[in-house]
Amino acid sequence: MISTNQHLTSSTTNSFIGMNEAITLKKLITNQSIKIENLDVYIEDQHILKDINLTIPEKSITCIIGPSGCGKSTFLKTLNRMHDESPEVKISGKVFVDDENIYGPHVNVIDTRKKMGLLAQRPCPLPMSIFENVAYGPRIHGIKRRKAVNQTVIQYLQYVGLWDEVRDRVRTSATRLSIGQQQRLCLARGLAIEPEYILGDEATSALDPLSTKKIEELFVKLKEKYTIILVTHTLRQAKRIADHIIFMYMGKIIEAGPTEEFFNNPKKQLTKDYLSGSFS
Amino acid sequence: MRRLRAAKDKTARYIMLGIAIFTILFLLAIGLSLFFKALPIIREKNLWVLLTSADWKPFKGKFGFLPFILSTFYVSLIAIIIALPFSILTSIYLNSYASKSVKRLFEPVVDLLSGIPPIIYGVWGTLTIVPLIANKIATKFVEYSTGYTVLAGGVVLAVMIIPLLISIMVEVFRSIPKEMTDASLSMGATKWQTVKRVILRKSVSGIIAATVLALSRAFGETMAVLMVCGNITQIPHSIFDACYPLPALIANNYGEMLSMPNYESALMFSAFLLFIIVVLFNGLSRFTLNQIERRYQF
Repeated sequence: MISTNQHLTSSTTNSFIGMNEAITLKKLITNQSIKIENLDVYIEDQHILKDINLTIPEKSITCIIGPSGCGKSTFLKTLNRMHDESPEVKISGKVFVDDENIYGPHVNVIDTRKKMGLLAQRPCPLPMSIFENVAYGPRIHGIKRRKAVNQTVIQYLQYVGLWDEVRDRVRTSATRLSIGQQQRLCLARGLAIEPEYILGDEATSALDPLSTKKIEELFVKLKEKYTIILVTHTLRQAKRIADHIIFMYMGKIIEAGPTEEFFNNPKKQLTKDYLSGSFS
Repeated sequence: MRRLRAAKDKTARYIMLGIAIFTILFLLAIGLSLFFKALPIIREKNLWVLLTSADWKPFKGKFGFLPFILSTFYVSLIAIIIALPFSILTSIYLNSYASKSVKRLFEPVVDLLSGIPPIIYGVWGTLTIVPLIANKIATKFVEYSTGYTVLAGGVVLAVMIIPLLISIMVEVFRSIPKEMTDASLSMGATKWQTVKRVILRKSVSGIIAATVLALSRAFGETMAVLMVCGNITQIPHSIFDACYPLPALIANNYGEMLSMPNYESALMFSAFLLFIIVVLFNGLSRFTLNQIERRYQF
């Protein structure tokens, strides 16, 4: 039923209303959120994620914390079906995105990924110019008109605060940018596919404090329009920007809740130990 | 003790430097000795005439190398035109699509193919490609062809360089960081879009380098080509004409008729030509690669 909705909006898009209006319309129609039921993930024989049940609230920042190897990144990858690229990963359970199980039988992986803008740990510009990096998403999804592409690129470069820094060299290679600029470029590139969700996999861990601050500010600005899910290794970052926290340990969700409650009044002993730094 | 260790370290370094220089000297030594052997004919005839004349009558003292030079280029060109798409698509398949078990099956086979002696490719070409061209393909385009043609040489050469190209290109594609293809896929690009827009783009210089290596090999390949290309001294006017590449000229004639004046020198000149073609070609491609990398620094 969701797919019919989308079909309806996208066909109207082409005929009379603009892209952005169509997206707001779609957001009004669909119940935008992520619900996970009985999710288990195995990599070869290892049981990586164990019986995850979860609802991720919309238009807010949810941070997933936990010691390294606890399954945070694996969890994030189940949300945009990037595990499809690794045949050794087996997944069971249901992940509902906008009320549609993305592991259901008739789901188009491309549509699912298009809904999820991913920001990886290290910025990885594609082997092309700054402009083409941002134009990549719109182009692969079939936008050909030069004017529309130009407009999208400028809009998102401005949004991440990169336009003024690069406006006179947008046609040069993206790898010549500083690493902080590269990460903002990758964010702009992800936003240009017009996703509904933003996934960040330790997106600031390779960056200096100033660049980290810029990215964090962007996340806070972005949560007005997008549902943001971040994996982070720093508790302070989670405290600074998260609205909700999920604490994972050994492939299980130990505790989840609103940030203030989570930090001030943790309920589980394991959470208390983790917050006090007795393990990390 | 400490001084001894330092001395050993230094000695090892200089010995290896010596050996490295020695290796480079080989190139110079080969080039120079070919040049001096070819010098008599260069002195006697005009270099320009040697290179541009098609008149090859050693008995009358006429040495025009143009047919051999053109044959070499034509055969190699056809080989690379056939081999490139084959090997690019195969390597992309092996790198981005094939399952682990397919890869495990394919890669040793590719390595094996590049280890098969040229004479076997030659025999195979004579038995299959030549009759195929004579009876099936050429009849559609020209009145008559023996099958021993530029095309036959090109096809056999293509089959020979494909394994080389594949094994280099698989490495080239493998060196692309997974994060990069993941970045493309996570934006909802299909595999094919990722291949076209990211993988191939990132690999341009690697593909050019592989092509250069394969072409250098193709220029010099002797036995297999010699067996299927007809060995008639003429400028081939179509791919269904016989041809006579430089290596075949040397291999067929060296050691015979050397009593003829200037004949040995002429053969040495053709060897020198081949040497120069390969060296110039490598230099030129290195220059192009540098230009590409400087301009597009991706």
